[in-house]
Amino acid sequence: MTAQSVRAASAMLDGGAFDVERYRADFPILTTQVRGKELVYLDNAASAQKPRQVIDAIAEFDRASYANIHRGVHHLSQVATKAYEGARDKVRAFMNAEQDREIIFVRGTTEAINLVASSYGRANLQAGDEILITHLEHHSNIVPWQILCQQTGAVLKVAPISDEGEIVMDEFKKLVGKKTKIVAVNHVSNALGTINPVDEIIALAHEVGAVALIDGAQSAPHLAIDVRALDADFYAFSSHKIFGPTGVGVLYGKAALLEAMPPYQGGGDMISYVTFEETRYNRIPYKFEAGTPNITGVVGMGAAIDYIQSVGLDAIGAYEHELLEYATERVGAVEGVRLVGTAAKKAGVLSFVIDGVHPHDVGTILDQAGIAIRAGHHCAQPVMDRFGIPATARASFAFYNTKAEIDALVDGIHQIRKVFG
Amino acid sequence: MASDLRELYQEVILDHNKKPRNFREMEPFDRKVEGFNPLCGDRLTLFMKIEDGVIKDVTFQGSGCAISTASASMMTEALVGKTFEEAEQMFSEFHDLVTGDPTDEPKVGEHLDKLEIFAGIREFPARVKCATLCWHTAKAALEGGQKSVSTE
Repeated sequence: MTAQSVRAASAMLDGGAFDVERYRADFPILTTQVRGKELVYLDNAASAQKPRQVIDAIAEFDRASYANIHRGVHHLSQVATKAYEGARDKVRAFMNAEQDREIIFVRGTTEAINLVASSYGRANLQAGDEILITHLEHHSNIVPWQILCQQTGAVLKVAPISDEGEIVMDEFKKLVGKKTKIVAVNHVSNALGTINPVDEIIALAHEVGAVALIDGAQSAPHLAIDVRALDADFYAFSSHKIFGPTGVGVLYGKAALLEAMPPYQGGGDMISYVTFEETRYNRIPYKFEAGTPNITGVVGMGAAIDYIQSVGLDAIGAYEHELLEYATERVGAVEGVRLVGTAAKKAGVLSFVIDGVHPHDVGTILDQAGIAIRAGHHCAQPVMDRFGIPATARASFAFYNTKAEIDALVDGIHQIRKVFG
Repeated sequence: MASDLRELYQEVILDHNKKPRNFREMEPFDRKVEGFNPLCGDRLTLFMKIEDGVIKDVTFQGSGCAISTASASMMTEALVGKTFEEAEQMFSEFHDLVTGDPTDEPKVGEHLDKLEIFAGIREFPARVKCATLCWHTAKAALEGGQKSVSTE
């Protein structure tokens, strides 16, 4: 435990109070004015803001330590390589993976899933095999599997969800069988916030010899991830959702699986030896990191992980739970508002619709009050279809949000009701 | 309410959103085109009856925000009785109106009439596509040949 997380933990023990103002002061953008109003940023599930610790780490690295990596001879390259590989170890610890070489840097969750679909999928799936996902998935955990099905003749199976937005586990179990080769599920739904029972899902996959991929894009900012406790085969998340820069993310894969998989892209850094007759691939993780990677982005993501660890995911989880309960109660109490996604276990997301008002109009009117939410289908159109709605308004929280900001959201909703009265 | 918002959500627009005119399927029709905004999921189906180069009737179906619903509703009223040429002119005048620089006086073309109230959209660039989806769909219907049109 770092000195900071000890401090955070003892602060929690002292009075149970989470010092949100202290953390808000770390995020320069939160003092921005939008249309003359103080920014209320409730679009964290789309992308989270960066603390100055991350902004500074990126600038400092570019100013003093930047060079291409793994090219060894000169000083700066060694410094940069050390920072890059140091970030890999931070990610390993963040996910509680066993080895650094199980951490592959990619562009984001989307690329991570595409990597598994292309490399593992094409090497291991045959016509008639099945890939099992759920009705809750983001498009990025649907479309790569559809492409893989077209290429291999495999079949995509979709487990249903309930009116509350929870996976119907009895139906899920029925869809797991000896043809199932890949099970791909999100840990937390981006559209509804449902926390899925991924431990149970992974165990079910393993019973039939399938591999399980967990889309952790929405869980990483809110929950502690432990890939070994989960026994996940693959786990993916994005830096920009955990207060780091865009354009970088992580694919965790069990070493034995990664070693057996063919490369995803060819190029520099992923080889150990090249002639026109024969090429030998580099060891993992480098086999999957062709070309010069997003070096500064990886360093920035490492700084973001340091920052999250200093706040502490337990403290974050407890505070956000309180925030979400408050928001659920207050927004849910407004006449004419219907919450979409009312699972027993949720994280960070409040999706809602207002009678007679389209979510885009909700978004525009809230924006005039300086409140940033997302209005739309959240790249999860099947979820919208399931509830028979074209879109929702979605407020999504981070640990720097406050109850006062939720009050501002509720005032905004009352204003909308007045306009559309 | 902020004045920009009042400009956008005028009474007339709110009224057309609540009670869209000509909101029905048409059978038989001469032209039918589907319009789709993939970014936000808005979709509408436009039906047209045409006689001797004149638009005799326009109806629509679909789901969308207040801006897109009101724009489609008011467009159906405005297009009836217009020639293809007049409709084309309205399309380009409407486009100029909603995409103009908000710091200038609104550019109100001579064919626009009541549609002038959409000038407020200039302040909301993210919403221009909501207002123009129906117009792109109508243009495709007039040109014929296309069964669907997308704003992207």
